[in-house]
Amino acid sequence: MLENILKEYPRQEDYLIEVLLEYQKQKADRHIGEDEIRRIAEHLGVTESKVWSVITFYTFFSTRPRGENIIQICKDVPCYLNDGNTVQRTLEQLLGVQVGDTTKNQKFTLEHTSCLGHCDGAPAIRINDKTYTNLSVDKLKAIISEYRGNT
Amino acid sequence: MPNIKINGKPLTVEEGTTILEAAKANNIKIPTLCYYPDLDIKSDCRVCSVEIVGQKGLKTACSEPVWDGMEIRTNSPRVLNARKVLTELILANHDANCTACEKNMNCELQTLANTLGIDENRFENVLEERPLDTANPSITRNPNRCIKCGRCVDVCKNVQGIHVLDNMGRSNEMEITPAYGKYLSDQECTFCGQCSSVCPVASITEKDKSDEVWEALHDEDKHVIVQVAPAVRVSLGEEMGARPGAIVTEKMVSALRSLGFDRVFDTDFTADLTILEEGHELLERVKEGGTLPMFTSCCPGWISFAEQQYPELLDNLSTCKSPQQMFGSLAKTYYAKKEDIDPEKLHVVSVMPCTAKKYEASREEMRVDGENPDVDTVLTTRELGKMVRQMGIDFDELEPSSFDDPFGITSGAAAIFGASGGVMEAALRTVSEVVNEEPLKQLDFEDVRGLEGIKEAEVELGGNTVRVAVAHSLSNARKLAEEVKQGDSPYAFIEIMACPGGCIGGGGQPYNTTNATRQERIDATYRVDSRMEIRQSHKNPVITTLYEEYLEAPLGERSHKLLHTHYQKRN
Ligand code: SF4
Ligand code: SF4
Ligand code: SF4
Ligand code: FES
Repeated sequence: MLENILKEYPRQEDYLIEVLLEYQKQKADRHIGEDEIRRIAEHLGVTESKVWSVITFYTFFSTRPRGENIIQICKDVPCYLNDGNTVQRTLEQLLGVQVGDTTKNQKFTLEHTSCLGHCDGAPAIRINDKTYTNLSVDKLKAIISEYRGNT
Repeated sequence: MPNIKINGKPLTVEEGTTILEAAKANNIKIPTLCYYPDLDIKSDCRVCSVEIVGQKGLKTACSEPVWDGMEIRTNSPRVLNARKVLTELILANHDANCTACEKNMNCELQTLANTLGIDENRFENVLEERPLDTANPSITRNPNRCIKCGRCVDVCKNVQGIHVLDNMGRSNEMEITPAYGKYLSDQECTFCGQCSSVCPVASITEKDKSDEVWEALHDEDKHVIVQVAPAVRVSLGEEMGARPGAIVTEKMVSALRSLGFDRVFDTDFTADLTILEEGHELLERVKEGGTLPMFTSCCPGWISFAEQQYPELLDNLSTCKSPQQMFGSLAKTYYAKKEDIDPEKLHVVSVMPCTAKKYEASREEMRVDGENPDVDTVLTTRELGKMVRQMGIDFDELEPSSFDDPFGITSGAAAIFGASGGVMEAALRTVSEVVNEEPLKQLDFEDVRGLEGIKEAEVELGGNTVRVAVAHSLSNARKLAEEVKQGDSPYAFIEIMACPGGCIGGGGQPYNTTNATRQERIDATYRVDSRMEIRQSHKNPVITTLYEEYLEAPLGERSHKLLHTHYQKRN
């Protein structure tokens, strides 16, 4: 799959982000591992350090295998002040994993992210492409059970 | 030209200068951390913050240009307080155990904290300990000391064009590491050590081997000899507190004797030998249609770079070992035999301006008997300085003395090996005389000297005009290597040194090396040369004796075994 994507791109550093986006989108466990980084670096003529630097800069990318649903907790200041800690604690309890981990059934991965751009609705989280704001414990319970139910 | 005021003092300064430069030109000191002369301005650390009258926020002096009428305060209470808080924050995420640190008394962060009068940190230390990278023979990386100034990233990426180090992660979790947060040796690191030379703290340092040398010196059973590279005599003085460009050859020899070495030898001797071997190799390639252009091979940083990134050019590399390794193999064979010493009991130390030389000495091929390394321990100029201080030697007061025989008689051609262009010039001084069969009128090849990134010259050899080129720092080396790879290099012979300015600007040289200090060391190098009686390698009488007694002829059978090597693709 990676080779199919790479084939479309010339040896140029400018395409790095596009390649990473494309590839991560198509991969079931939605992460980019070391061997794949090596291959991408080689193809685009950049160093592995460069690729690693870009991947670790954007919280959108992951270097560890992830579950079906990726839950990202905003940890920037407005969310933090608006009881972001409770959000994290509640989600950790509900899912039984710590931030950075994936549930055993591969359904959920819990992560931190930087500002989601919803400071007026703090605290906020994002699940996959969808953002949830003004969270409370009850609201979080409802959201999670919805995902448990229909996915 | 803008008129400004700094701390109330009216000054006229150059157009387009930064506040930092303007202050410096007028002897006003503003502290800095991420700023480094000749590198990009990063304005990350904000330690250089100053107040501009009439403006709300503080400005960073390293990046802010001056304008006419600007009034600057470099030490108002507000500025001092801001600097103090910033520095305390940096210290709160730093392994600040100064007495157990290689750079104690030589650290920019420590000095800064000291000038700001920080004796207690108001912030709790939040450092999360990370493992050290000690996996390679040249460089140690201690992430717990990193203050994220970005200097190493800049040098590695922009000056060297290697890009092994980068920012990983973002905001307060950002770290400076190689890919995967793991080892330099897993990536295309050349061990040039330029990152270690700009690091303001002890986060990237040479792998210290002074203990190993002390142990050998204290071992009664061991015969311990030392060789010193050409670039060290024009830089050790600086390490001991003298001005840049001081020539300290004879005091250096005395210092090494005082440390207890049984013999003190000169790598310049095997630099002369390199010229004979490499010069003849070039002539043979030209005559017999061998692979051209030929690249020099004295620099292990360049060799690693070629093996990793230009495997298709390995046949273009001269097969000559570097002077350090030629010395090692002669020491363990010729010298051991002559002095009747068991090579197992002979410990060869070298003092080099270079961290990559530590790696070079550890290579499998660098053992003539297949087991025992030809060079046992490599120290940098900085490590030698440390040993001299540990021994309590007053460097200034040392009586001058000279190198020991037989590896002590050398030429001016060898002396210039330490400067970019020096190996080329030394080779031309010999090759043109051998080919043209008449004495060379002009020994100085000015075209290949100096700090220009890529230098070129034309020489007359046996009726033909031959073009040669010289590059220093690996980003320039890449340009010449690319040309050769594409098949359109106009040159017959190319000298490469990985470090800016050549070995005089090596990764193991005294801290605070800038282009200005490089130039001082280069000038000193050519002064050493001009004072020498013999200025061409083939006129060194001891080299002639060595061939007569032992090696027979350049490129002969014994030379091949002891003085030449081979390369392989690595990644
Ligand atoms: S030693 Fe040289 S190549 Fe290696 S990380 Fe440092 S600057 Fe880069
Ligand atoms: S390793 Fe040294 S030079 Fe590099 S960012 Fe850290 S402190 Fe700065
Ligand atoms: S230029 Fe000199 S100091 Fe730098 S890596 Fe090469 S041999 Fe070492
Ligand atoms: S020295 Fe100016 S911001 Fe770091």
